[in-house]
Amino acid sequence: MNVLTDNFSLYARGFLGTVELTVYAGLLALALGFLMASFRVAPVASLRAFGTVWVTVLRNTPLTLLFFAVVLGLPRFGLVLPFRVFAVLALGCYTSAFICEALRAGINTVPRGQGEAARSLGMTFGQTLNLVVLPQAFRSVIPPVGSTLIALAKNSAIAGAFSVTELLGTYKTLNELGYDIVWTFVWIALGYLIITLALSALFHALERTWGVAR
Amino acid sequence: MAVDPLIELLGVNKYYGGLHVLRDIDLTVGKGEVVVVVGPSGSGKSTLCRTINRLETVESGTITLDGEPLPQEGKALARLRAEVGMVFQSFNLFAHRTVLQNVSLAQVKVRRRTKDDADRRSRELLDRVGLLAQADKYPAQLSGGQQQRVAIARALAMDPKAMLFDEPTSALDPEMINEVLEVMRQLARDGMTMVVVTHEMGFARASAHRVVFMADGRIVEDRTPEEFFTAPRSERAKDFLSKILKH
Repeated sequence: MNVLTDNFSLYARGFLGTVELTVYAGLLALALGFLMASFRVAPVASLRAFGTVWVTVLRNTPLTLLFFAVVLGLPRFGLVLPFRVFAVLALGCYTSAFICEALRAGINTVPRGQGEAARSLGMTFGQTLNLVVLPQAFRSVIPPVGSTLIALAKNSAIAGAFSVTELLGTYKTLNELGYDIVWTFVWIALGYLIITLALSALFHALERTWGVAR
Repeated sequence: MAVDPLIELLGVNKYYGGLHVLRDIDLTVGKGEVVVVVGPSGSGKSTLCRTINRLETVESGTITLDGEPLPQEGKALARLRAEVGMVFQSFNLFAHRTVLQNVSLAQVKVRRRTKDDADRRSRELLDRVGLLAQADKYPAQLSGGQQQRVAIARALAMDPKAMLFDEPTSALDPEMINEVLEVMRQLARDGMTMVVVTHEMGFARASAHRVVFMADGRIVEDRTPEEFFTAPRSERAKDFLSKILKH
């Protein structure tokens, strides 16, 4: 029981590490996912192909393998970055594939005529997407995007294996110090629960606020 | 009438897979002319209407708008589309925007008017279609006929050179058809260039300068309403008219 109070600063560092990874990788995933979803519905065939390849490759690669590819692969091309940044890149790109598909599913729920009406008024592809289609798709993608970000928070544990400070990794130190492994993991699990429940609450609130229009 | 052509289609062909939906279409619409396109369902009349602003692409042939060939995708196409208003069978009002915002949105984003100028113009047009009182409602709160009149106001707000109507009354309850047709009749009287795909033969008779009859992807007849309705030349047209004019 005193494993938490004795090692509070260690837990806190791990917890903040996981929060940081989740937030940065989450933002990267949302930005890239948004971009790739626009690519996948674009009128330009090469953009559509690029989006499809991006999703297919990243969604079908085990995350650990992707970490290896980034951590070992990128330095070969002269790109040497802190492991923390590599971890954000790997997690962000991986999750972006899922965000992209959630957004695309949302886009497909908006009747075709909405986009046609926007285009017939002279709106460009970007305006059609941003002013007409996405605001209507937004409501239906809140739940799946929330789930994807929760998965991201938990997936960030893999970064611990690549010497990035994060919550799950704290167990190694605590184990060496001889603390009871069960309680060590209970507190770790609670840390994850705080993050994932906070995300759930956030997305629940978003759904309530944005569900009113129409 | 076709002295000053605004819309010109030449040798237009379109396929859906193996289905040849538009066959060698030649059609010229002059400035200020009202052309009504009629024909049995599946004859390609809606597709024809949608090719004019490239909502449907064509495999061959040329489409010219006010002397300019229709551009490929991109900014040039968007600019040209702003010059051609379109009214859809299913209204397609932006569901997440109020009536006023529906009419103002493209004025601000495409025509680069200030919000105040756009809203003033929108109110003017909404008043013209008799819906100023509904300006702050959402589309779902309006009847079909009201929604369609808003859609017409939205298209007019761009000050288009021509208006395309793709079966504008087909999704409406009978008692609402007339309120939409009245707005269209007024537009025709004001000299708007219009291409109207419809089953409303009364409108064709009263407001059209020309009636284009389509069957199986071809233009079979292209004549004045007077001639078309009283003395159709082709068997297809006679058959079509006998079916729809009976009731």
